[in-house]
Amino acid sequence: MSVTDVPVLAIDDLVIDIGGNRIVDHVSLSLGSGRILAIVGESGCGKSLTALSVLGLLPKAARITGGEIRLNGRDLLPLGEAALSDIRGNEATIIFQEPVASLNPLMRVGEQVEEALRLHRGLSANAARGEAIAMMARVGIPDASRRARQYPFELSGGMCQRIMIAAALICRPALLIADEPTTALDVTIQAQILELMRDLRGDVGSAIVLITHDMGVVADLADDVCVMYGGRIVESGPVEPIFAAPRHPYTKLLLATIPTLQGQRKMTLRTIEGMVPSAESWPDGCRFRTRCPLADEACVATPPLADVGPGHAAACWHSADVEALA
Amino acid sequence: MSAVASPRPHPRQGFGLRRWWPLAIVALVVLAAIFAPWLAPYDPNQQNLIGRLKPPGTVSRAFHYWLGSDELGRDVLSRIIYGSRVSLVVAFASVILSGTVGTTLGMIAAYRRGWTETVVMRVVDVFLSIPAVLLAIITVAVLGPSLVNVILVLALTRWPRYARIAYSQTLSVATMPYVRLAALMGAGATRVLFRHVLPNIIGAVSVVATLEFGLMVLFEAGLSFLGLGVQPPTASWGSMLSTGRNYVATAWWVATLPGLCLFVLVLAVNLTGDAVRDRLDPRFR
Repeated sequence: MSVTDVPVLAIDDLVIDIGGNRIVDHVSLSLGSGRILAIVGESGCGKSLTALSVLGLLPKAARITGGEIRLNGRDLLPLGEAALSDIRGNEATIIFQEPVASLNPLMRVGEQVEEALRLHRGLSANAARGEAIAMMARVGIPDASRRARQYPFELSGGMCQRIMIAAALICRPALLIADEPTTALDVTIQAQILELMRDLRGDVGSAIVLITHDMGVVADLADDVCVMYGGRIVESGPVEPIFAAPRHPYTKLLLATIPTLQGQRKMTLRTIEGMVPSAESWPDGCRFRTRCPLADEACVATPPLADVGPGHAAACWHSADVEALA
Repeated sequence: MSAVASPRPHPRQGFGLRRWWPLAIVALVVLAAIFAPWLAPYDPNQQNLIGRLKPPGTVSRAFHYWLGSDELGRDVLSRIIYGSRVSLVVAFASVILSGTVGTTLGMIAAYRRGWTETVVMRVVDVFLSIPAVLLAIITVAVLGPSLVNVILVLALTRWPRYARIAYSQTLSVATMPYVRLAALMGAGATRVLFRHVLPNIIGAVSVVATLEFGLMVLFEAGLSFLGLGVQPPTASWGSMLSTGRNYVATAWWVATLPGLCLFVLVLAVNLTGDAVRDRLDPRFR
């Protein structure tokens, strides 16, 4: 995969506040064309907000108070609603986790795939129809021209997610944000959808931001990983080193929670002690220190996101000791 | 309704005659209104002063009064047939007008939120707090009675019903991911509302519209009864009731027969409305 000089998406030092609480705290990330970046973390860690801010879709209460978001080198934050809606669905697009609810129940699925084409390219219904059916066939919908005339209730959840992907990719966007795209699907369908997304990024060339809490999905699909906790990136880098040797205790514990087929039967599932504290009660310094087995006095100071390997960075004072953590 | 599973299909589920016969009556009245010139035996305004207030079945000069004659010797049957035109035109036009205005405003209020919502919905509250008949009477008194004015007045007083139902339905539909997705894909508010929201709320709106239709027939009759509707000599069920009232002790048919038609039509429309509602209620699908 060729990585051009200008990254498709570059988020630099992004800060998002909601009602005086800093929900996203100086987050930076960048993504080359055709790459898949996974943003991982528990609920409430700021991963969705970070991704939604790219499309200007933050909830009303949220304010971007600092930083920059660039899509193909163009700064998005100063853009108005009209310019943003030109970009959405066209250059950058999103798929949500509930495929069935994301489709209008009273509109034929083919029309819904066409909609972005008609809105952004001004194609007539007939011209858009052909492209829509081709894209539906491309995402693995058998007998696409017949399916295009069906309504969402006639399709399975997996089919609906394929339709959503076809609708999202119809304008060949530079960036696709996938917000937990497989959460609502059963495991076999999940695998098919992941495989489809892997195929398509080569084909369409879209860079993908994958928001998930499922480490299995990350290992399967992503090139790079960003682990977020408490609104900050705690570890980032290519998938392999992070899975082989995580350098932040949170990543390590997150990986340890994945059940394996080896080992004793009836072993209790591993969990991370405690709960994600809410934004009002985030501790000073390292935000994971209230749950971290390695925490000591040093952690009262905020650790910087420091390089620990090629392209690999972790924000922990004790990153050298993480490996020893059981 | 008991929770015990019944082996028979739910009686409300079918398209059977049991639920839909009232629609036949409505259709009959609609056909009568459309084909009035061919169905009515006489000109509804043709007078025959010798044959005044004759009971049903009387033959007087060239007239055969199947349903009797009124105080000017006009054929009651012909007047009932022509009168159905006024009832239906007023009801159709006012339902369509108030439904369109109310639904659009309700959708916009729920979709835009903020001050638009406040203004529209408070105006709705104000309208709903004024007795509709009173408002109608005042408005007709100011504008002057005519068919068009009756339609305008009914639309003016009835749109808040549609606004409310469209508002509440839109609120829930607008939170659906597909509506948010359409909006963020660059579809404008008009496109989102009419392409994505409207088809999903039209069921609820059309139930209100059917029930309102019956009410509009009654309202028109009421206004005509009060002399605020269509003006003589145009036949209307309400005005026939109004003049027939004076002779009800001696010539019961002049007031009773149009009243009966009114009753049957409104009942049929309301039963149709119930059937439509049950048909669209997801619990009975």
